[in-house]
Amino acid sequence: MPSLKDLKKRIESVKKTEQITRAMRMVAAAKLRRAQSSIIAARPYAIKMNEVLVSLVTRTNPDVHPLLQVREPKKGVLVVIASDRGLCGAFNHNVFRAADAFANENEGRYEDYSLVLVGRRCVDYFKRKGFPVRKSTMIGTPTYELAVEIADDLIDGYIKEEFDELTIIFNEFQSAMRQVLHVDKILPVEPMEADDEMSTVEYLYEPSEEALLDTLIPMSLRIFFYRALLESAASEHGARMTAMENASGNAVEMIDKLSIKYNRARQAAITTELMEVVGGAEALKG
Amino acid sequence: MAEYMQLEVVTPEKAVLSRRVEEVVAPGAAGEFGALPGHTPFLTTLRAGQVIAKAEDRDIYLAISGGFAEVTGSRVIILAETADRAEDIDIDQARKDLEVAQGKLTSLSKDDPEYGKWLVRATRAEIKIRVAETVKG
Repeated sequence: MPSLKDLKKRIESVKKTEQITRAMRMVAAAKLRRAQSSIIAARPYAIKMNEVLVSLVTRTNPDVHPLLQVREPKKGVLVVIASDRGLCGAFNHNVFRAADAFANENEGRYEDYSLVLVGRRCVDYFKRKGFPVRKSTMIGTPTYELAVEIADDLIDGYIKEEFDELTIIFNEFQSAMRQVLHVDKILPVEPMEADDEMSTVEYLYEPSEEALLDTLIPMSLRIFFYRALLESAASEHGARMTAMENASGNAVEMIDKLSIKYNRARQAAITTELMEVVGGAEALKG
Repeated sequence: MAEYMQLEVVTPEKAVLSRRVEEVVAPGAAGEFGALPGHTPFLTTLRAGQVIAKAEDRDIYLAISGGFAEVTGSRVIILAETADRAEDIDIDQARKDLEVAQGKLTSLSKDDPEYGKWLVRATRAEIKIRVAETVKG
């Protein structure tokens, strides 16, 4: 049986934990609102951009632009987007698991592969595991500049044939409670199944095919990474909010249980003292 | 062939317009073009300018600044940096913006890195005013 003093200390400490988790929940909620509105605003553009890209790839000859080339997948690059900070439930863990699974699956297929790590948590995790890393970066607040930095390095690498296949793992934001993990192949761009209506008629281009593809393809990749960063950030805040809500709930429950224990112990102590006093008085009466 | 096309106008900030239209006129890189349903697949960069979408009941005017357009027989996607519907344009605000931008342009030299930025703003305000006036007039 722990002493009264110990119990009291314990209650105080759990109370403090609860205050922290509650504050973190509120911060996450505020950040989530902002992240959510920016991802919802950015989504239509990114989705349409991707539609244009896919329909473009379906119609054009892959030889016209280095980014459209399809090569034998000998070397692969995997982009992993997680978070800078922990305490967000299984958010990071899910990403790592998917990345590990991806690495296992493709072990035999690639001769060589490397990782692009985004977010401090995932940098730490994969460095510790000793995976080959191409590039690693923190997120901070996700900006378009960061997306451009990541995208341009990869565009460059693909053109220089440093790798032949590019895959990304990130969390797509659904709601505060739900994130959907995506494992998407970005390069080479997969053409659509050519159906009857989408006949493979070549486009007319203005000003010229080359000039247009030169701006459109890198642009669409940058937008894609930007969207992935925003999706991941919103998911992270959502996951943290949920995790902290659960933690606060658990803390309150624990405080209740400890308080009952404490009161019982106090009652027992008082009873014992009373018995002693009565016993003492009885003895004096003698 | 279909008599309608689906027009989607999106910017990085939001989806501006999504509806069935009969014709779209937009400022392409090599001059203004019109697209009717069944148009041959066509991909172009866009200059800043005016987009007119003709729907059954009315014409919709938009001021856009640069971007891409993809035209297929059944849909037109406009990916613009910014896009404002004529009825949402605050013409007085646009005039003020234009004035400020023009003031800046006269005071800055052409080599100034800020120059391009203000030129874009001036053009954008100008187009907004033009589009808003077309609708009013």
